[in-house]
Amino acid sequence: MPNTVVIVGTRKGAFLLESDADRRDWKLRGPYCEGWPVYHAVHDPVTGNIYAAAASEWHGSAIWRSKDLGEAWTLSSEGIGYDESSGRKVSKVSSLAARNGRVLVGVEAPGIFESTDEGETFSLLSTLAGQPGSEAWDDPANQPPGHLGISALMLDKDDDSRFWAIVQGVGVFETADDGATWTPRNRGLRSDWPRPHEEVGFCVHRLVRADDTRMYQQNHVGMHRSDDLGHTWTEITEGLPTEFGFAAAAHPHDRDTFYVVPLDPGHGRTMPEGKATVWQTRDAGSSWRPLRKGLPQEDAYLGVLRSGMAIDGYDTPGLYFGTSTGQVFASNDEGESWSEIASYLPPISSVEVAIVE
Amino acid sequence: MANVHLPGTLTPLFPGLPRHVDVEADTVGAAIAELELRWPGLQDRLCDPGPNLRTHIHVYVDRDRATLDTALAPGSRMDVIAAISGG
Repeated sequence: MPNTVVIVGTRKGAFLLESDADRRDWKLRGPYCEGWPVYHAVHDPVTGNIYAAAASEWHGSAIWRSKDLGEAWTLSSEGIGYDESSGRKVSKVSSLAARNGRVLVGVEAPGIFESTDEGETFSLLSTLAGQPGSEAWDDPANQPPGHLGISALMLDKDDDSRFWAIVQGVGVFETADDGATWTPRNRGLRSDWPRPHEEVGFCVHRLVRADDTRMYQQNHVGMHRSDDLGHTWTEITEGLPTEFGFAAAAHPHDRDTFYVVPLDPGHGRTMPEGKATVWQTRDAGSSWRPLRKGLPQEDAYLGVLRSGMAIDGYDTPGLYFGTSTGQVFASNDEGESWSEIASYLPPISSVEVAIVE
Repeated sequence: MANVHLPGTLTPLFPGLPRHVDVEADTVGAAIAELELRWPGLQDRLCDPGPNLRTHIHVYVDRDRATLDTALAPGSRMDVIAAISGG
């Protein structure tokens, strides 16, 4: 029987939650990574490795790796750093994508490093130099506090040379030649602010893939759907309580089903009215319904960050989200009902899920 | 021979690294380079790519604030401190 492993990145290290395929009873392990702030932790389904992107205030940024589901960990930052003459500095490692022993690392100032030896050593793959907006995004004065640089990386399902990168506050970029060239993929997105370039200046929080042609995204201003792999976008916000949020998940077997966690858009950025709610569409965004069973509905001012929700690949998928106050909620029935599977973790940055045979 | 005192946040990262290490080096930078040879990756934890000491890593030689260029004398004590911060 397979095990289900939820990988949780927190401000004080990484944690693992384990269950069987029923996903009813959970056991917590951790903290790992010596309590370093973990921005994103992922599982490579081919090698079985877990990687955690962490940035210590004292000791800098590194990628932690476990080859045995968290029992032992090593770390490396060999090669993660810009040439001193460039004037750019790596303030943090923010996002990860891993497959077949290859690891991509998104960093701030925006750039992508690559490892082809399972995280032993790294080299600079791309800074997206020359893309519209790139002249500004290296200037710290243009970055809000806590800027993540490359806030997310999404691999193609089949083609290792194709992937997407989000530059925080700038937009989505696609490469089809392993980072040699890039194309902005933001047409049709809304922005409520002036933009110096037509193709960029969009605040994309989360990008998820539904099938061969469909993507969804949670944007700073609205949910959006693309039916041409990100070439054009259509807003699908209507019916949701707010247009703002960070986390999102696409159903692995039904392209029309998508989940988001709307938040109040001001400084608070918590769930509206203190009612913890995941919203689901089953018709590609034409309508939305709240999923609340088992979630706290009174005085629950919870926040979920951009990498804070995941969905597994079982026939009846399970959903998981972690909050900025340290709770993890899980559903083993596509979001119809929920239970709290961890209550007192440090603030959660990321949640990923793996099925391990 | 200088005696290097390392912070407790560093030793868990490198198997076998003790808190106190004797090194043959004539500067702080050379001492860190010597430690790097024995525990690969250690320099990255103390220095950025410059190399410069990381912002919140402070080094003292015989109780005086030091840089990578500060000289070590035989018998010097070199303290590497992870600055107090955070919560």
